[in-house]
Formats: sequence, structure tokens, C-alpha cells
Amino acid sequence: MSQELAKKTVAPPPPVENFREAPPEWEPLVLAFACHYCAYAAADLAGVMRLSYAPNVRVIRMPCTGKIDHSHVLRAFERGVDGVFVAG
Amino acid sequence: MLSEVESVSGQAGNFTARVKHHPRYIDPKKCIACGMCAEKCPKKVDDEYNMGIAKRKAAYLKYGQTVPLKYAIDGEACIYLTKGKCRACEKFCPTKAIRFDDTPRTVDYNVGAVILAPGFDTYDPTGMDAWGYGKIPDVVTSMEFERLLSPSGPGLGHITRMSDHKEPKRIAWLQCVGSRGINRAPNSYCSSVCCMYAVKQAVAAKEHLPPEAEQTIFYMDMRCHGKNFDRYMEDAKARGVRMLPVRPHTLEPGRNHIGVVLDYHAIGEKERRREEFDMVVLSVGMEPKGSAVSLAKRMGVELNAHRFAETSGFSPVSTNLQGVFVTGGFGSPMDIPQAVAEASAAASEAAALLAPARGTLAKTKVWPEERAIGDENPRVGVFVCSCGVNIAGVIDVAAVAEYARSLPGVAHVENNLFTCSTDTQDMMAAKIKELGLNRVVVAACTPRTHEPVFQDTLREAGLNPYLVEMANIRNQNSWVHAKDPAKATAKAKEQLRMAVAKAVSNVSVANISVNVVGRALVAGGGLAGLTSALTLADQGFEVVLVETSGELGGHARAMRATWRGEDIAGRVGEMAQQAMDHPRITVCLNSRVAKAEGSAGNFSGVVETPSGPLEVRFGAAVLATGATEHKPSEYLYGKHPKAHTHLEFDKVLEDSASLKGAEAVVFIQCVGSREPARPYCSRVCCTHTVKSSLALKKTDPDMGVYVLYRDIRTYGFREDLYQKAREAGVVFIRYTPEEKPRVREEGGNLLVTVKEPLLGLTLEIAADRLVLASAVIPRANPELFGMFHCGTDPDGFLTEAHPKLRPVDLPSEGLYVAGLAHYPKPVEETVAQAKAAAGRAAVLLSRKILKLSGVIAKHNRDICMSCLACLRFCPYGSPYIAPDGRIAHNEVKCAGCGICAGICPAKAFQVHNYKDSQILAMIDALTEDIGRPGGGTARA
Repeated sequence: MSQELAKKTVAPPPPVENFREAPPEWEPLVLAFACHYCAYAAADLAGVMRLSYAPNVRVIRMPCTGKIDHSHVLRAFERGVDGVFVAG
Repeated sequence: MLSEVESVSGQAGNFTARVKHHPRYIDPKKCIACGMCAEKCPKKVDDEYNMGIAKRKAAYLKYGQTVPLKYAIDGEACIYLTKGKCRACEKFCPTKAIRFDDTPRTVDYNVGAVILAPGFDTYDPTGMDAWGYGKIPDVVTSMEFERLLSPSGPGLGHITRMSDHKEPKRIAWLQCVGSRGINRAPNSYCSSVCCMYAVKQAVAAKEHLPPEAEQTIFYMDMRCHGKNFDRYMEDAKARGVRMLPVRPHTLEPGRNHIGVVLDYHAIGEKERRREEFDMVVLSVGMEPKGSAVSLAKRMGVELNAHRFAETSGFSPVSTNLQGVFVTGGFGSPMDIPQAVAEASAAASEAAALLAPARGTLAKTKVWPEERAIGDENPRVGVFVCSCGVNIAGVIDVAAVAEYARSLPGVAHVENNLFTCSTDTQDMMAAKIKELGLNRVVVAACTPRTHEPVFQDTLREAGLNPYLVEMANIRNQNSWVHAKDPAKATAKAKEQLRMAVAKAVSNVSVANISVNVVGRALVAGGGLAGLTSALTLADQGFEVVLVETSGELGGHARAMRATWRGEDIAGRVGEMAQQAMDHPRITVCLNSRVAKAEGSAGNFSGVVETPSGPLEVRFGAAVLATGATEHKPSEYLYGKHPKAHTHLEFDKVLEDSASLKGAEAVVFIQCVGSREPARPYCSRVCCTHTVKSSLALKKTDPDMGVYVLYRDIRTYGFREDLYQKAREAGVVFIRYTPEEKPRVREEGGNLLVTVKEPLLGLTLEIAADRLVLASAVIPRANPELFGMFHCGTDPDGFLTEAHPKLRPVDLPSEGLYVAGLAHYPKPVEETVAQAKAAAGRAAVLLSRKILKLSGVIAKHNRDICMSCLACLRFCPYGSPYIAPDGRIAHNEVKCAGCGICAGICPAKAFQVHNYKDSQILAMIDALTEDIGRPGGGTARA
């Protein structure tokens, strides 16, 4: 039931695009898969230390980077993410 | 340091420890570690954590990873506490946590045992003019350099020197600063760890600096005697770290006090060399902690000549006072793995002492009954935390909360000032019950610290704890994007959207529990196995001790004495007898483990004994399978009767008459160790040689004793022995692997030729005896290791769960390693590790029921094609081949890492609450705006 709901709310993937120049204001969207035990902890520490980085990174916490499947990376690109960062 | 022990009185089983708690001036229950106090505090002082090379405030956090993550006010620096005016922190603290009326408290604690683990001080080279520290700006200590290197240090890992804040290109490390000093420096012992940390720093500097940067280590002996250390050192050399066996005699400042000039004599060169460096790092040694020394004196704990706690070979963590134990750097200088092993050993000793009282003070929390949510439609409660101004000061939390209402499945949204406060959590629990919420998303700080808190809130509300998700909008958003509130707010909405998308398909997860069999299997009856077995049995557990040979004791039976002179064979004989007589130990001699299966808490196996197979059920196992002595193939070993290995020569030494008239004995070090085929140090041979050479000198002071070595590795207090040997006239001659000594026979006599590097001459020594310090080789045990799914390193030693932090745990739960099967080590370290393994096993065995995390991989046999990928990659050995020939999954062994799920081509493995569908739902939620007008908010 709950999975069906998740499916329903998902928008269809955008059409395949042709190569074109990036507009000047363009910023990439980066998705990071971070291991709970190291990279995710490092991202937390960056906060505790009040370091600063660009806000266009989203983090998905993983129990281990070994858990990442090709399909996760492919889905991210397919759906328009510009870069995938596997950190662990 | 906020608490210190003032005194300890009483006796084993009933001590009173008087502890002084210094005021923190911040209520840790209210502090949310937002850092506002430090931000507003006007008083700057030297930051001792960064070795004074950076500043901190009077209101401060010692460092970013402190546990608990709570601020404190330094009473000696605070303007209000010293001068009576300021209180800025109090004004700005969002949770009213500042407590200027905090006072010191002295509390008496009634305890049964005391463990001294005070740590150590580093040697302070101030005032020793030869090192130039404090006078030459670019001379720093290794601790200071460590902070310069650290990504969390003042330069965020960008190394700069002190004089002109430029990046240093040429860095030199000087070893043995405050260690191995017999002249002006105070400490004659070896600090054991500095060689390796210098190599590590040199390698790290290489990574932090441009490729043309140069690193040079000036050393006396490279002491890389730990597991995999020699490999690391050789790798550093191969990557260009220069290592010179030289002690520079003069350090001078460079021009304009920038950089450092070193003068030294290189071995074999007549002319003095002068070299300029941008920076010099002094590899400072370890010293006993001053406050610990005075506490020990007050308690009556005996100290050794170097002011460390006195211990002995067979009781490496016991002090002279019964019930008082010591661990870590206060016992002797040691590295992390040994300190961690000793800590477990000390805990084990304390547990043995207190075994009758085990569990008597334990309290059990009773939770309300859990509501089954079945396949109810998701009703998500979203709680957006302001965290005072920590989040709300950057992110528009009201907008985020408003946005949350539009998300599918969300039934309730709130914004709280502090979601983690006790009253908010009570309110959350009430809302969950009142509104029938069945999922909760908290947009706040990090799940690493606060997920357990909110899991308990769900439990209180009768929901399964795994139905909560967190969106990390503080540590990974407001704290790092403070300069861009608009983008931070947009990002927070996306983080929340992703968390909700995941949460709706979270399911209730039941924790697995296992009934624990309170019995241990110990494989190997040498010193390590005997120690583990006796320690466990003394704690009240049954032990099955399996030994392949016909007697207990192993190699220790053939050993004369420890380096401190303690009798080994006699002591081990006693231990063997104790094990044979112990009512809780079943000794199986001439036996082997033929079968073992199961998992932590519940294994079953078969031991093949001479009287037939013995079926055993056990909860934990200690593998102590030992090692053997390498039989050399060089230096005429086996071809000449006067060429011996160390163990053989120990027998010769017992009969000193056989050495009568001998004029010269030659020892050759590193025979079979530190070679391409066996690139590790056997750790024990240098001390063995020094000990035997002293025994020879004692028999006949005029006898010529020659030690041909590469690096003498008499670490710790063994250095005293090395010093004695030199004083006694033992001649130490360094050789290189490129120019090894040569041994030939002439008229029945052994002739040893070696190049003496200091004189530049080739010497020929007629040796009456030749002693080869041959390598320690782990026993190959593929069958046993295979049964327990234990891996070995390239050298054949068992691989531990973590080389530094879990040195006695094997990667699979419930299995522990001790002794030479792990790595070569002397008696005291073997005993400590064996006690540690027993202690770790006892932690498991003392529970009746073992509760395991519910976040594990679930295996769907219907779609599994048994390709065995999971079987090959699982580090825990949880997938196995079932009797039907297909893969099945032992969930008890699963740690939930999901490597199986990643590798499985059929996707037959799915990790609870990290299902592929959930990860994809998060990706889809993240990207749903892309390509839409006005979408991709973060990118606008």
C-alpha cells in the first residue's frame, strides 16, 4: 500500500535531452551516497566545525557504500542529477 | 578535565573513590551544542587541543567529536567568573543552559574494582637547547604537527609553518626526542610509537603537499614492530620518504629565523653535512602522566624506575594492589591496538573479581506494548526543529513546515523550538497516539546522535522504533550554509521531501534475539589459549579447551624467561595443571575441532578426541592457534651443528658447561623476517637476542658477543636491556638487506663476514656458536579458519575486526583471537590479549538473551538464483549454502551492511528500511522538480 503511494506521487522522468551549453546561472545538482560510519559522520563534523560548502549537495545515508546498487546511480542520472558522489 | 579522582580507599570488592567534579558552568542536560555561547564569548585563550597553535573561546567545545557533545566554560578564563562582568553567553544561550552558580562537587563512589587509565603526557622539549624548540619558530613537536595535518585542525589540513605561514616543502622529523636518552634527556626507555607516527605523518604530509615536497626522517632504529607496520614503512620509502639512520647534532634557525638548518654526520662519510629544511618536527615521546603518578603514590600503587605503573609478564594489567588494574599508556608506552587490548584485559580482570555481583545493579526499562500498524495508509507526523536559532536562524522553518503539509502521506506538521527537549517529546508521543500517526519524520540534527532519542519517543508512544526517519537540516544544512538562507531553505524542503518519501515505506522491524549458550570454545592450548580458558572459567563460564598436541603449554614450555627474568616454563606448567584440574574446563588433548557452525551466542560443533567425537554447544570461541619458529634455509642452518635458532639456543644456554671455552657467539637478526617473502617484523627476536647476549656475558664477561642487526627493536622498557647489553660489551653491527652477513665453514669452524658501516671495514668473526633470530610463522589452519569464516592477512595472521579499535574481535561476532595467531608478540602482550579475548567473550556469554539490531538484510529465496555472489562478499558469513544446495541466510549473523543487497543481481536481498525501492523513492523525490518550470529549487 505505502509503496504504491510512493509510486503514484513520482513524476514521470524528463525527456532525453540533446547536448547544449550550460546557461551561465546553471549549478549542478550532486547526490552523495554516504556511509553512515564514515562519510556521513564527516559531513556531520563539517557542520559541528561550521565549515561551509555549496548547498547543491544532497546526502542519502547508507549503512555501507557496499549497499549501493548500480540502479541507484543510474536512476539518479536518469532523473537529472548532474553528479553522484559515493563516499565511504 | 572536569572530573578527577582525589583518593581511593578500601580494598578489592569495596573501594571508596572520592571524585571531584569541577564546575562545567553549562547544564549538559540543556545544552544542545549550538555553539552560540562560544560565538558570543569575547574571551580568547590558547586552544590546548590544538597544542596552542590556535585559539578557542572561554566558552568552548574541546573538539568537534567530543562525547557528549556539550559545551563548557573555562572558569579560569571566563571574564565574568574572573572579573565579575560579561554574561554574554547567558544572554544568548537559547536553552538557558548557562549556570554561573555551578560549584565544584566532591562525590564518593562505592566501587568493587579500580582501573587506572589516565593516559600519558608527551615529552616537552622546551629548554633542551639542542632541539631549538621554543627558540626556532619552525621547530614544532609531532603533536603540533598532528594538528597542522588534521582536517579538523586550525589549518583544516593545509600545512603551514609557524614563521611565515608558508607551505613547507622540505620537512624533517627527528626521532627519539625525549626517548632513548641516556645523556641529558630524561627518559631512557623507548616510547614505542614514534617511529610509526613519524612515518604516518610523512606519508600524510606527502598527500597534503605538492609532489615536489620532500620528507626526511632522521632515526636511530626504525621500530616498526606492529602488525603491517613494516609494509607501511617500506611503502613510505618507495613513495619517496627519505630515512636516514643519523642523529643531527646541531639545529640552527635559517635566515631571518625562517626554516631550520641541520648539521649531521652521515654514516660512512668523513665530512659534516649541512642541510636546510623548511620545518623540523620533533618526534616527542611518551611520559607517565604527572597527575596519575601522584594519585598512584597516594594510593600506594607501585611504580617502576621510569614512574610508570609496575606490572609483570603474567599479570600485565594488575598493579601491586589487589583490585586495582592499569591499562594503556600508564603501564608502558604503547600503541592503540595494545592499549585497546589491555583495556579489555583490565575490564576482564575487574569482571572476574566482581563476578559474584554481576548484574545486581542492572535496571530494565519496560516499554508500552507496540501497536501493529499492518498495512495502514501512511499517516506521517512531521516535526521541524528550530533548534533555537541554529536551524531557524538560517532556514525559514515556518516555510519548511508549511511545505511539509503538501507532501503525500503527511497527516500532521509541527514546528518546535527544540524537538529533542523532554516536554516536546512527551507532546510528540501524545500526538502520535491522539492522531494515530504511524510514521514520524523529524527534520532536525543528525540521526547519528538523535535517532536513538526519537526511537525511544516512538517506543513510548507504542510505535515500532524503526518507523522514524530524520532529515538532517542542521549539521548538513544550516550549519554549513549559513551564508545562503534561501538555498538552505530550499535544500531543507528537498531533504524533508526525501525523508518523507522514504518514511512512508518504512516497516515495523522486530529485533532478533538469540538464547546464549554460556560456554566458550578455546582452540589452542598454548599460553594464549590457557590464559583465555582460565580467565573465562574464573569468571564462572564453562570452557572446552581443544589442543592438537598431547600437552598444554605450547612453545612457552620451551622458553626460559621473559625479558624481565620471570620464569616462563614453570609458570605455564602451573597454568596447564590449573586448567586440567579446573571443574569448569574440559581439556581435549590430541584433539581437533572437526565441525563448527552457528553464530554469536549459539554455536555448535564437534571436537574429535582420541575417545571419540564430542558434541559441543558454545556461545563464543577464542582462536589461539599460535605460531611456529621458522627453520632457516640460509647461514648454514641445518648444515652445521653450531648454528641454532633462538629456541634451540635457549636449550644450549640451560647447560652453560657446553659453552665453556667459547670465545665468540654471533647473533644474526631478521632471519626470515622483513624479507620479500615475509615482509613483517617478528617483534620478539631483538629482545630475545639482547636477553641471550646478556646471559652469555654473565657466564663469561670476556666472551665476544656480536649482534648483526638491521634495526634493534627493543621497544618500551626493553630498551633498558639493550642499554645493559651495550654496557656489558655486546657488539652491535648494523647490516643492510643488500649486504647481508655471509657465513662459511672452514675446518669445522663457522666464519661470519659482515661489513661494519661505521668503520667501513669488512669484519670476519670466528664464531663458536651462531644464533639465528628466525621468524615467527603463523600456523596455517585453513580448515578451522574456514569453519569460522575467518580471514587471514597476506602473511597468514588472522585478520581482526579493526586493526586499531577492535584488536581481539574477529570480524564475525562471537569470535575472538589471542596470541601469535594474531601477530608475533611477547609473553605480557599475549597474556593481555588472551585476557582481553576472554573478557570480550564474557560480555557476550554473561547475557542470557542476545538482542540484535533489526536492520538486517532479508533474503527472498523465491527469486534467488544462488549465484553465490553474496556468499563471496559478505564479511560476516551470514549467507550460506543450505542442505538443499541453495543459498539461505542466517539473519543472526547479519550486520545490516547491505553489501549482499548491492551485489545481488536478482535483488533477492533487501535491507530493512534501506530497500532499493526506498532509495529510489528518495532519488525520485529529490528530482521531481527537475525540468519543471520553477523547479529544481536549489539550482535557481
